[in-house]
Amino acid sequence: MSQYFSRGANSIARITIFALVVALCSVLWLGYLIVRSPYEMMQNEPREQPVPFSHEHHVGGLGIDCRYCHTTVEDSSFANIPATKICMNCHSQMWATSPMLEPVRESYRTGKSIEWTRVNDLPEFVYFDHSIHVHHGIGCTTCHGRVDKMPLTWQAAPLTMEWCLNCHRHPERYVRPLDQVFSMDYAPPPDQIAFGKRLVREYHIQSLTSCSTCHR
Amino acid sequence: MRISSLAIAVPLLLLTVSCRQDMQDQPKYKPLGANRFFADGRDARPIPAGTIARDELNDTDSFHTGEANGTFLDTIPLKVDSKLLHRGQERFDIYCSPCHGRTGDGNGMVAQRGVKIPADFHTDRLREVPPGYIYKVIKNGYGAMGDYGDQIPVNDRWAIVAYVRALQLSRDATLDEVPPDQRSQLSEERQPQPGAAR
Ligand code: HEC
Ligand code: HEC
Ligand code: HEC
Ligand code: HEC
Ligand code: HEC
Ligand code: HEC
Repeated sequence: MSQYFSRGANSIARITIFALVVALCSVLWLGYLIVRSPYEMMQNEPREQPVPFSHEHHVGGLGIDCRYCHTTVEDSSFANIPATKICMNCHSQMWATSPMLEPVRESYRTGKSIEWTRVNDLPEFVYFDHSIHVHHGIGCTTCHGRVDKMPLTWQAAPLTMEWCLNCHRHPERYVRPLDQVFSMDYAPPPDQIAFGKRLVREYHIQSLTSCSTCHR
Repeated sequence: MRISSLAIAVPLLLLTVSCRQDMQDQPKYKPLGANRFFADGRDARPIPAGTIARDELNDTDSFHTGEANGTFLDTIPLKVDSKLLHRGQERFDIYCSPCHGRTGDGNGMVAQRGVKIPADFHTDRLREVPPGYIYKVIKNGYGAMGDYGDQIPVNDRWAIVAYVRALQLSRDATLDEVPPDQRSQLSEERQPQPGAAR
């Protein structure tokens, strides 16, 4: 009686099973990569806004401080988006007839909010707090990039959990002096790690990695 | 059997990947969130008339209005020390310098682009005005200048007033008024830039 399968069939069967497992894993892995790719996270993608507000002009060109508009960033979890009134401090006189600014004037007349498109948007099961980061020497540019070079605002960091944890595990790599937090062109010194370790001690920075820090 | 249950479980597991939206966008109210339930379309609700927020009960006293019995306060109702002045400097640079310039002579970046040239702080009239007057300008605005009451809390307003006073004094200060140990430093720094300061 001849055998239906040759001896080689045994290894083919093994390889097939193995390949199936590999294929399944790579599909899952691929999915994981896609879900957290810069494209899915909408990183580096300038967002359309009802008014083409440019940080490049206002921050880079005019040198206005972040806190002139984002007034609550030092005291609260939420970095305020400026009220229409704040735009009107200047634009009641400047570019006061520009059609580009019509939505601002309309909002001021009617009291209806301008509906800005959100740029940085964490899932709502994550708790984030600006004030604690600002008071522990983490600069705006570390998380938002060179805002002063953005004609329209985009999201500069991946905002994945991995990204948050990377800094929470090694704050000494990113921390800067408190008076440089709002500075746009701060460059870390060459001995950042040693310098950072000193600041971490000075500002009493802990490494916060327990789940309940961010998921509460 | 194993294989077939896997064949069912794996697609089911994959389905859960798309089921997170409820947690991602929860139906809760967030600061500046949009809301279709209310007519004005906002999550944030207006404060009911007559509500008094903490710290705002006394907003008719002179600390909050800059006035007492109908005249402007002629002193700063906080202890003026270097801490207050540094705070004032920081806040002035954030909120006032875009128009008034870092030294208060009215040539800030925005003024150069076309806002009405604001008042120079170093005129006799503005040197004479009482602190309460400057406080009032910050709180309520003045002429073409909008009010900054919403952006700047009460203590910071007084800190800015103190710093404006310091700016004004610095223009007329003589070398004798500088502490002796810092004089040499000043004259060194002044040499290369004649005419930069009066
Ligand atoms: C003249 C007012 C003004 C100033 C000054 C300003 N911003 Fe903004 N900022 C805005 C407005 C208006 C928006 C909303 C429109 C947009 O996203 O571009 C915004 C949006 C942002 C966003 C995106 C918010 C989101 O939806 O996620 C970031 C990040 C930001 N600003 C950072 C900064 C930083 C950092 C500075 C200081 C270097 C700064 N801004 C200075 C007015 C200002
Ligand atoms: C401190 C003064 C100031 C404030 C506050 C301000 N702007 Fe401007 N804005 C300017 C000046 C000055 C220019 C002209 C810029 C130039 O010529 O380079 C300008 C220009 C613009 C332009 C024209 C297009 C451009 O980018 O050049 C738009 C749109 C604009 N601002 C929107 C806004 C909005 C929206 C706000 C409120 C969040 C705002 N601005 C707040 C001073 C201000
Ligand atoms: C540790 C990282 C980090 C730093 C530092 C940081 N931000 Fe943010 N910022 C974020 C994240 C994350 C969000 C999105 C928050 C959300 O979706 O709830 C955000 C959102 C914002 C927003 C939109 C409004 C809001 O609060 O959701 C503004 C405006 C903003 N940031 C401005 C600033 C300014 C100005 C600074 C510097 C003083 C700053 N940020 C520093 C991470 C950071
Ligand atoms: C570049 C560094 C850096 C990044 C990126 C960063 N953090 Fe932090 N975070 C810190 C530091 C420093 C502290 C202060 C730790 C302490 O209290 O000692 C902190 C504290 C916190 C706290 C504690 C707040 C409290 O009230 O206890 C939360 C929550 C938090 N971070 C959330 C986040 C989230 C969510 C992200 C990602 C979107 C993030 N952080 C990204 C540096 C960072
Ligand atoms: C420093 C802040 C931080 C800490 C600490 C943290 N997380 Fe997260 N977590 C995040 C952020 C930000 C996201 C959202 C990431 C995204 O949008 O892909 C997230 C998402 C998640 C998700 C959902 C993933 C998804 O794709 O939907 C799970 C599950 C999770 N975290 C579990 C945990 C557990 C378990 C711990 C403790 C070991 C933990 N987290 C600690 C910030 C944190
Ligand atoms: C958007 C530009 C702008 C900003 C920012 C600004 N001002 Fe003014 N300010 C003006 C203009 C314009 C005038 C002149 C108003 C007039 O004469 O109609 C003025 C006038 C004044 C005067 C003189 C009033 C008088 O009696 O002549 C004082 C004092 C003053 N500002 C203080 C401040 C302080 C303090 C700040 C910071 C909290 C500030 N301003 C921020 C534009 C500005």
